[in-house]
Amino acid sequence: MSSSPSLRPPVVRIDVLRWLRENLFSGPVNTALTLLAIYLLWRFVPPVLDWLFFDATWQGSSRADCHPGGACWIFIGQRFGQFLYGFYPIEQRWRVDLAALSIIVLAAPLFFSRFPQRRRWALGYFLLTPLLVWWLLYGAGILGLATVPTDQWGGLMLTLVIASVGIAGALPLGILLALGRRSQLPAIRIVCITFIEFWRGVPLITVLFMSSVMLPLFLPEQMSIDKLVRALIAVILFEAAYLAEVVRGGLQAIPKGQYEATHALGLSYWQSMGLVILPQALRLVIPGIVNTFIALFKDTSLVIIIGLADFFTAVHRATVDPEWLGFSTEGYVFAAFVYFLFCFGMSRYSIALEKRLARSEKR
Amino acid sequence: MTPGETLRGGGPRRWLYDPKIRALAAQILTVLAIALFAGWIVHNTVHNLTVRGIASGFGFLKNPAGFGILQTLIDYRETDSFARVFVIGLLNTLLVAALGIVFATVLGFLVGIGRLAENALIRGLSALYVETFRNVPPLLQIFFWYFAVLRAMPSPRQSHEFLGAFFLNIRGLYVPRPIPAEGFAPIVLALGIALAAVIILRRWARRRQEHTGEPFSTGRVALLLLFGLPLAARLIFGAPFTWELPQLQGFNFRGGWVLLPELVALTVALSLYTAAFIAETVRAGIQSVPRGQIEAAIALGLTPRQRLRLIVLPQAMRVIIPPLTSQYLNLTKNSSLGAAIGYPDLVGLFAGTVLNQTGQAIETIAMTMAVYLLISLTISLVMNWYNRRMALVER
Amino acid sequence: MKKKALVAALAAACSLATPAWAGQTLDTVLKRGVLHCGVSDGLPGFSYTDASGNYAGIDADFCRAVAAALFGDAKKVKFTPLTAKERFTALQSGEIDVLSRNSTWTISRDVGMGMSFTGVTYYDGQGFLVNKKLGVKSARELDGATVCIQAGTTTEMNLSDYFRTNGMKYTPVTYEKSDESAKALESGRCDVLTSDQSQLYAQRIKLANPDDYVVLPEVISKEPLGPVVRQGDSEWFNVVRWTLFALVAAEEYGITSANVDQMAKTSTNPEVRRLLGLDTDFGKDMKLKKDWAYQIVKQVGNYGEMFERNVGKGSPLKIERGLNAQWNKGGLQYAPPFR
Repeated sequence: MSSSPSLRPPVVRIDVLRWLRENLFSGPVNTALTLLAIYLLWRFVPPVLDWLFFDATWQGSSRADCHPGGACWIFIGQRFGQFLYGFYPIEQRWRVDLAALSIIVLAAPLFFSRFPQRRRWALGYFLLTPLLVWWLLYGAGILGLATVPTDQWGGLMLTLVIASVGIAGALPLGILLALGRRSQLPAIRIVCITFIEFWRGVPLITVLFMSSVMLPLFLPEQMSIDKLVRALIAVILFEAAYLAEVVRGGLQAIPKGQYEATHALGLSYWQSMGLVILPQALRLVIPGIVNTFIALFKDTSLVIIIGLADFFTAVHRATVDPEWLGFSTEGYVFAAFVYFLFCFGMSRYSIALEKRLARSEKR
Repeated sequence: MTPGETLRGGGPRRWLYDPKIRALAAQILTVLAIALFAGWIVHNTVHNLTVRGIASGFGFLKNPAGFGILQTLIDYRETDSFARVFVIGLLNTLLVAALGIVFATVLGFLVGIGRLAENALIRGLSALYVETFRNVPPLLQIFFWYFAVLRAMPSPRQSHEFLGAFFLNIRGLYVPRPIPAEGFAPIVLALGIALAAVIILRRWARRRQEHTGEPFSTGRVALLLLFGLPLAARLIFGAPFTWELPQLQGFNFRGGWVLLPELVALTVALSLYTAAFIAETVRAGIQSVPRGQIEAAIALGLTPRQRLRLIVLPQAMRVIIPPLTSQYLNLTKNSSLGAAIGYPDLVGLFAGTVLNQTGQAIETIAMTMAVYLLISLTISLVMNWYNRRMALVER
Repeated sequence: MKKKALVAALAAACSLATPAWAGQTLDTVLKRGVLHCGVSDGLPGFSYTDASGNYAGIDADFCRAVAAALFGDAKKVKFTPLTAKERFTALQSGEIDVLSRNSTWTISRDVGMGMSFTGVTYYDGQGFLVNKKLGVKSARELDGATVCIQAGTTTEMNLSDYFRTNGMKYTPVTYEKSDESAKALESGRCDVLTSDQSQLYAQRIKLANPDDYVVLPEVISKEPLGPVVRQGDSEWFNVVRWTLFALVAAEEYGITSANVDQMAKTSTNPEVRRLLGLDTDFGKDMKLKKDWAYQIVKQVGNYGEMFERNVGKGSPLKIERGLNAQWNKGGLQYAPPFR
């Protein structure tokens, strides 16, 4: 390679004016668009910022302290406890905090790939933490913790409970349904298709209505199931159908050779699925799965319709309180911000995960 | 013993390992379990209904409803039957779904293309839009528009007025209502003729291009036809409409058409929410078109507009349509959230008011769910048909 | 076809295998130890949650009275907040044991929907609440008005009847929750809010400026509100019905939560002694304890106390007794004899 003269790398000059010309003012249409966008920003951003921050009231204890023209965040501050915990007894709220803390602290090792025996820890984590959290939240009188019935649960805590139980329940069911839909056995396939199409076709609120007030009609008289549990079951069945379709996409993308190879190796159906096909298929559809989880998280807000006091219900109820009438915008903006944080966080995590997997694929 | 025999295992228990028998057994067991479960549910329900003396059947649909409805697209009087209420609820659902689909599609395509624009500012704004609207629950957005934004409108007496014919207040947007007059039929006829002429013209132009390679720009002629013919009809036969203006009388505006705040809030919220998802779909679709296709188009000397219209979009549509279908379905199902702000859709009106006035929970909920299932099946059938037409034909 | 036949056969098989469940609500509730009571989702005076999540109001207190009769403990109630839309389905399905949620007693509800009204806790009638600014003095002036209503109520029907018979037009705006209709009235979405009069008073105190609003004089319907149970379970029906009568009778005989202990010791009035279970044990025939009525009065008070505390003079609503006074004081509240 000595024959060719080595070229100098091109000099990269960061020229603001040039960047501007290339990106914003490269032609008449582009210039018009830029001007329009700037006009819109100039017109809307300052008033919104003023309302949100600069003219807003941050300190005080009652409605009288709010000054007009800006948002009154005192309202959120005053109701913050209820937004987080609902009507969970005040003297027991430490249990919720402890549960949240234990979920986060115990999960920490999972994020360090160097942690010894990470797999075993993960298995233990996913099996035992739900039990621990259930005990902390519900109590049931075990080891001296008083029972807090589920109708006192509420706020963000309830939203997170519904979302996480929904996710934990919907994923395995969704995988089973997806496998069933691609099964060779006609009866099982038809059952799975009917199930999936039914749940995907009906609105969640009618399902929740059925689970909350009509279900006892379908059961023997003595049988009664907790309202929260019923809502959870409805959410799980509903989201499992969506997940099934996502997973099916992954299964279809696996080359036929992989299936044939498992046959050649003499693996049983469950072995070939569990060891060969599913690990590949699930990795392919991680973005789709996370998107379904995000949808599920947003769908939890619908339990307002069946009278469970989740985070959104708590905010909505606070806005109709006569003491704080006329502050609904603050309430909704705050609620939107909280939902945004969770959903946006999840979608960023999924993108990062996707990139990491794509990298490892290339190697 | 040959190896084959060892594998299969000898003796009377061989059938246990026969895959055919196993498959059959698994299926029979599944069907049996489901049948048993269904039978158990049916039995419980029938039993509970009889014990509690709840009348069942669909006879109630013939009874008079006896209550007023906020928005009816067809004539309705309080003495009409519950069956008619069902139709009204269905039409209201379809109305909001149709409006939402149109707006969400237009906005979604604009934003989706905007996310790939050369202009950095437009790109940034589009991304901001998508991230904001798709990460907030739709119900919250509906409440926000209804309870926070539209509730800030003035009362009827202090309406915002435009041109003395449009009025905006907390009760909705009042617009003049066209009433067909003498000139109506000729103008419709003229418009029909113009449309037919344009279609024929376009066919001819395409055939000519295929044969001779010479393009013929139909745009200007079409514009002339579409506006010129009706205008001529208007000049000859007189005005097609007389306008009924809304007027403040007593408590409310009377006359004209009204766009209710419930409908507006629901449509706006659903459109904005769904458009964010459609934008992402469109972006992914456009990005899926290989770079080489665009470079080839540039090499052929196509203008940017032609590139988008003739090369990129047709190929992107194949990727876009399947997810677009499910977004339409989601929008239709999400329209049931209108019940929470008093929009008289199928869920609010039929599975709500009618259910309560008659107590026929099972029947009304079953009918409601059946309608949504039917809508979703229809939309997916139509979309599948379209998809097949658009599918890549490989030679 | 085959599948249908199979299902039918299975259903038949199941029905042979299980015993009939009819009329077991009382046993179920006693065994469970908690009363499931359906109440309103937020109506001051009838049932609403205070800042710490406890239910208060006449309807909530009636649930407590039933619990006191059943278990001797008024606290053993699980309240289920229901919208007007959900309430009857929740009762029919068995989600709740008794519905105590300002529901109007009508024939169609009593005979066709599998429910039985046990009595009347509050005699009411439908009225209109308007902003004073409109200058409306009578409901007859409401032609062309936009009216806010709660979905799934008798008021929806009465409203339509009233406007039709008077040759007037209206635009209905129907909400699921009373909070939302009150908010709509306040913001001007509607001119009038219509509901039972008691509810209007309750809604009014939830508004930012209650004094700007006035209840119109017309009462356009009869709205007897009462607790509801499932049809065909007379045992349970009797318990709920006589709980109400015990409340009313206690007021008639002058027994209050304050003096009930003393009355039980000193009273010689045979009616008082029978009611409190001192001489005769009516409780036994209802599968209740002998002192069931004593527990009601002791823990919840009599009907008059319940009324004054929640909607009457001792409350922000300040509603007159009116039709709800005792029969011997010009009202309609009347308990059959305890004999």
